Amino acid sequence: MKIIKLDASVTASNDQDAEALRARLRECGTLLVNVMSSAGAGKTTLLSRLICDMPERKIAVMEADIESDVDAKKIEALGATAVQVHTSGMCHMDAGMTTAAFDALEENDVDFAFLENVGNLICPAEYDTGAGVNLMLLSVPEGDDKPLKYPLMFQKSDALAITKTDALPYFTFNVEQCVARAKKLNPDIAVFPVCAKTGDGMGPLEDWLRARLQAWRNTI
Amino acid sequence: MHEMGIVLHLAKTLDQTAEEEKLTSIAKVVLQVGEVSGIITDLFTDCWDYFKPRHPVLRDCELVLETIPAVTWCDNCKQKYPTVKYGKECPYCHSGETWLLEGSECIIKEIEAE
Repeated sequence: MKIIKLDASVTASNDQDAEALRARLRECGTLLVNVMSSAGAGKTTLLSRLICDMPERKIAVMEADIESDVDAKKIEALGATAVQVHTSGMCHMDAGMTTAAFDALEENDVDFAFLENVGNLICPAEYDTGAGVNLMLLSVPEGDDKPLKYPLMFQKSDALAITKTDALPYFTFNVEQCVARAKKLNPDIAVFPVCAKTGDGMGPLEDWLRARLQAWRNTI
Repeated sequence: MHEMGIVLHLAKTLDQTAEEEKLTSIAKVVLQVGEVSGIITDLFTDCWDYFKPRHPVLRDCELVLETIPAVTWCDNCKQKYPTVKYGKECPYCHSGETWLLEGSECIIKEIEAE
């Protein structure tokens, strides 16, 4: 009998898969954007708006849900390539599942590949999917206290889109306070208050994504 | 389910290690689980019991869980304090400028095998 010291994170195998996927995406010049939020924060609506606003970019979407293909159908109706991934009850996407989803797209010349993660503010933040950018959404009806309750996702995200800003008059959501709370957890997080339904505030987010794509392609 | 995903990764890592080290059977795995890792150990053990018989090298493997206490650092008064008891606010100076030092990890510490 021998004792082997490992001292490895339990997700070490996932981290290897994530690095492998990132290397592959870099070769394709594709920026994988991992989109995370709770269920109903407006991920599909935001992606629909991005597809309509950026016709010059080739966009593909991987929809991860526990059941159904309603999201993938909405995206396909807009003319973008979409695949629906069923996580079989799992509450998050990991790098292996994301790699399989990317393979299923059968596209090698995509500018943006969006991964619409399972609606959940907790588990998706714990797994590296192989994405080049993590984008999280927090919708106005959810409340400005969420950075306090679910800090990890705010820490892991490169950008925060505060969605459904058209609902601000009906809720006590304090945007300034929310931004301060998010920045306290992650000083580098970029924040974009948007209303994907009307397109309000989408410009700065789209410019940010374009700049990230450029940066992704420029760093070898 | 959160625990299921972690057990899947654990089993995969152990399978890989067994292949690399040419192990035929793993008798014991020691896992260090942070107090605020979000892992519910009862559920974790249930998931482990489900996956164990499905991996030949793990068939007789005992799972030992060790707890890593969560410790928070206060940036304002430069002191450490136990996270679970006091949370985000420093018990000494009541500042919110605090950071988790450890306690959110889940580490495979070691295995016993042949």
